[in-house]
Amino acid sequence: MSNWFMLTLVGKDRAGIVAQITTTLFENNCNLGEASMMRLGGNFSIMLMVSYQGDAKALKNRLAPVTDRLALKIHIDAIEAKLHQHVIPDVRISVLGADRAGIVSQVTSALSDAGLDILDLESDVGGSQDKPLYIMHIEGRAIKGIEPLESAITQIRSNKIDVHLSPIETMIA
Amino acid sequence: MTTYEIIKYPDERLKSIAEPVGKFDDNLRKFLVDLEATMYAGPGGVGIAAPQIGKNQRIAIVDVSSMAKRARKNRPLKHQGKMVLINPEIIEWEGMAIGREGCMSVPDYTGNVIRAEKITLNAYNAKGEQQSYTCEGFEARAVQHEIDHLDGLLFIDRLVSRRNDLFRRKTK
Repeated sequence: MSNWFMLTLVGKDRAGIVAQITTTLFENNCNLGEASMMRLGGNFSIMLMVSYQGDAKALKNRLAPVTDRLALKIHIDAIEAKLHQHVIPDVRISVLGADRAGIVSQVTSALSDAGLDILDLESDVGGSQDKPLYIMHIEGRAIKGIEPLESAITQIRSNKIDVHLSPIETMIA
Repeated sequence: MTTYEIIKYPDERLKSIAEPVGKFDDNLRKFLVDLEATMYAGPGGVGIAAPQIGKNQRIAIVDVSSMAKRARKNRPLKHQGKMVLINPEIIEWEGMAIGREGCMSVPDYTGNVIRAEKITLNAYNAKGEQQSYTCEGFEARAVQHEIDHLDGLLFIDRLVSRRNDLFRRKTK
């Protein structure tokens, strides 16, 4: 019987990590579910849903030669595979502003209180060294509807933070 | 009235170019009743194309009125109710918009696709009369999605990204 695991790998980014890891997994009779890779500031991370016949320890041992060679930190959790259960976001929020401490905390706390379930968050610091610009995009589910989120945004919006909300209407045909 | 089973990608029948309809008879009208019932039974219920049930003909139905009912007062969704589109042909395209789509033939997957914001099209109705429509926004998106099915194209062929695009809706 196969078990599902969430395999998380973190380390310094370099070319060929994904190919080497997935080849090793394939050679050890693993099946891949969904995956999400992210590269942030020269660092690599990936979360992979892996189906494997053995236990977490055996999987880690099988991967050890390649994770050692690539100097990747490895973390494995037994999970319930939740394939085919995507949650469709219905709202998107963008935050733009001069970079300063506390933006994410302030914005996400206000939105969370107003019923936002965050499904996806991504942020970048752009601009120049002396004038950094913070840009964040959030997608989520408005559990209490859009109106409470709009009121929350009106509260947080200031001349220093530019927050916009737009509904996402997914057309399924 | 019966409902058909929706065929799913990677079924080859979704990749073929559909044939124009030549005969506007009772068989066609019976088929339209069943196709419509299949559309309303689906998860989106706003559009369907004949190739999605394995019939290789240039027939689609679009009805976004259910979305219009859910639209907010300050952003009404323009639509013209149920449109039966036989041998449809888009003759004018205007503007571009990015928006999120899914498809009954590609379950449990959504992504961003660029479509014309406004289109004008000609199509025949069930009686074989030629009609002209101008659609915009969500309705235009649905029509383009369905006409793509008639040309063997799925939204995943036009995917620009899964998420996080810099799109901002027009506010009125």
